[in-house]
Amino acid sequence: MMDLSSISPILLIASIMVSATPILLAAIGEMVVEKSGVLNLGVEGMMITGAVVGFALAVNTGSAVTGFAAAACASAALALVFGVLTQVTLSNQVATGLGLTLAGLGLSALIGKPYEGMKSPTLPKLDIPVLGDLPVLGRMLFAHDAMVYLSLLLVLAVWAFLKFTRAGLILRAVGESHHSAHALGYKVVVVRLCAIVFGGACAGLGGAYLSLVRVPQWTEGMTAGAGWIALAIVVFASWRAGRVLIGAYLFGGVTVLQLNLQAAGAGVPVALLSASPYVVTIIVLVVISARGVHGAPASLGRPFHASR
Amino acid sequence: MAETLLRIRGLTKAYPGVVANDDVSFDIREGEIHALLGENGAGKSTLVKMIYGLVAPDRGGMELRGAPFAPGKPSEARRAGVAMVFQHFSLFDALDVAENVALGMENPPKARDLARQIRDVSETYGLPLDPHRIVGTLSAGERQRVEIIRCLLQDPGLLIMDEPTSVLTPQEVDILFETLRKLRSEGTAILYISHKLEEIRSLCDHATILRLGKKVATCTPSETSARELAEMMVGSSFAAPQARAHQAGAVRLELRGLTLPAPGAFGTPLRDVSMQVAGGEVLGIGGVAGNGQDELLAALSGERLAPAGSVWLEGRDVSREGPVARRDAGLLTGPEERLGHAAAPDMSLIENGVLTASRRKRLVRRGFIDWPRAKSFAEDVIERFDVRTPGPHVAARALSGGNLQKFVMGREIVQEPEVLVVNQPTWGVDAAAAAAIRQALLDLAAQGAAVVVISQDLDELMQIADRFAALNEGRLSPARPVAELNIERIGLMMGGAHDLETAHAAK
Repeated sequence: MMDLSSISPILLIASIMVSATPILLAAIGEMVVEKSGVLNLGVEGMMITGAVVGFALAVNTGSAVTGFAAAACASAALALVFGVLTQVTLSNQVATGLGLTLAGLGLSALIGKPYEGMKSPTLPKLDIPVLGDLPVLGRMLFAHDAMVYLSLLLVLAVWAFLKFTRAGLILRAVGESHHSAHALGYKVVVVRLCAIVFGGACAGLGGAYLSLVRVPQWTEGMTAGAGWIALAIVVFASWRAGRVLIGAYLFGGVTVLQLNLQAAGAGVPVALLSASPYVVTIIVLVVISARGVHGAPASLGRPFHASR
Repeated sequence: MAETLLRIRGLTKAYPGVVANDDVSFDIREGEIHALLGENGAGKSTLVKMIYGLVAPDRGGMELRGAPFAPGKPSEARRAGVAMVFQHFSLFDALDVAENVALGMENPPKARDLARQIRDVSETYGLPLDPHRIVGTLSAGERQRVEIIRCLLQDPGLLIMDEPTSVLTPQEVDILFETLRKLRSEGTAILYISHKLEEIRSLCDHATILRLGKKVATCTPSETSARELAEMMVGSSFAAPQARAHQAGAVRLELRGLTLPAPGAFGTPLRDVSMQVAGGEVLGIGGVAGNGQDELLAALSGERLAPAGSVWLEGRDVSREGPVARRDAGLLTGPEERLGHAAAPDMSLIENGVLTASRRKRLVRRGFIDWPRAKSFAEDVIERFDVRTPGPHVAARALSGGNLQKFVMGREIVQEPEVLVVNQPTWGVDAAAAAAIRQALLDLAAQGAAVVVISQDLDELMQIADRFAALNEGRLSPARPVAELNIERIGLMMGGAHDLETAHAAK
């Protein structure tokens, strides 16, 4: 018999925020990359690289913050490889991105072998005065680690950057029509490389959040498709920061809910429950984006060379 | 006498295999409209790119107001007071007008101030424009206004305009010329690139003519005849197309109330389009770009199937038949976009020939391509249409725009269609090649084919069409004999004032 009363709403919402954060970080980074007109399919590879490098550094230095910083740098470096290959030597973006995912998965298994079964330092929960002491909301929303809030701030910052700043306008312009941007004298390749590196760093943070906070230990292939979901969320969110947030929290929410339902012994096949976050997220975002303009950057995935 | 604003001295730029500019020198004075005239490939674009800092010259130099001027990038040129309106607009469809303007400025003001400035300038110069519209929804004329306003907001000393009228209706051209004259009276110099001779004669104070990268002459266009200008530009005289006597035959192609929804977010729906084209006749369809030209061509070629009973070929309903069946039945089409639509860019001319002519010219036997026949077909087209190419094995992409256009037009004409529909047959083609293509279309009609020419070049339509109709927002006006029309009436038809037309006609 299913026992729904075993699911506490407070804990449920609190764990949704934790569960959504890695995908949110990766998706907001990839959104910036795609806004600049580059399709990087290597999110999964960059996430898992971030997860293993962050875990290794955190274990060796004893500091989770160092782990996060190292994860961001490692994934940004991997993204830079992708950037140089696709923007400078003009290799195919789809193939190179897929290659990046495969390389990241293999590399992480290699680096992570000695760390299996270890425990890492994790981020402390923040002790926010006043807000944290609120009766229900305090435990629900204001008793998390710093990365949760950082990821939310990042969404806000990306939204404001794209909407209000000149640099954001140039980035959108490059993604919209690289030939026009070039004709106006903007450095298309430089702008795209910056976006790619930012996207890599975000994916690395997301990966490290998985291995340092959410789980927190290292297992091979632990991202389990989170990078791909981040990619899908960007598309179905119509390249808008607010909808990326909705998508990521929805995915996180259904993930946590189905785990709770499994624990509560719901009479639904486990395989179906496990698949439900992917199915629900895609369906909801498809419905949201079904009407109106989809807003894909017009130059998305197209190679740019200054001579043409 | 006005002072010299920009002095160009011996500019030379070579690309691998071609010298784009060879020792070009001329002066532009303060407050004059200076025409830069030349065929495609004469080196006009390269020259203005050097002035605007997009390309660095190999040799030679420039002086702006007496000081050396060598912009390394467009922002330096803009700071020095040089602004440019591009031929293929350098705009971003998904952004709004104010954002597009801001991207072209060195130090744009805050969004609200910028919107106000855009309104001010657009009112001062009679170029109405809403700063918050999304550029993708604007007409070609409005898009050009965005570019012009972007330039004007920076108080340029020199404004470069690259073929500004090629996409405008006659009325919009008049508005543009008013604006340019006003700018001239305020002391702005304008470098005006065009190959439309009458325009240059009425607007420009001086003209510099380029041919094959070299300067041929600088003259005063109002004192030079269009014929002389054309001959300086081409370097020899060429025959204007001559219509051959023909008799209008039976109706070969007919549209009956064709209605089709828009194919995409920025497409145009076709609304109740009806027309008849008889054998031996050329029907010209004018209209500003984006009013349903591409959609009409797609509906005629069979790329998009039409509702049953709307497309009739030789009295047979072909509405539900695809392109292959229509080609077999004798309806051939030539779309506007040469690379990627009419021709596959990376395939050779032979392969591109096979793609449309395989059945009518029997280039395929039992599923296998007959390469010798395919090669001789391509060679035939190359020879008859004077396509300049090293050979039929060359990739379509490697040909210049004009030569590829001659090839794709020739490819259809050599197949001797019963009905031929072409969109922008001479877009971006030099005067001599355009004359050859137009002549070929007239010859085809003289042999009894029905020819439909969709074009934004009104001079072209007046020259070759027997009857003229205009597309406006997907509606086709009734066709009128060209002999009855003048430019003002055509402008009204293109603007969609059909009711006004009938009111006139009824009087």
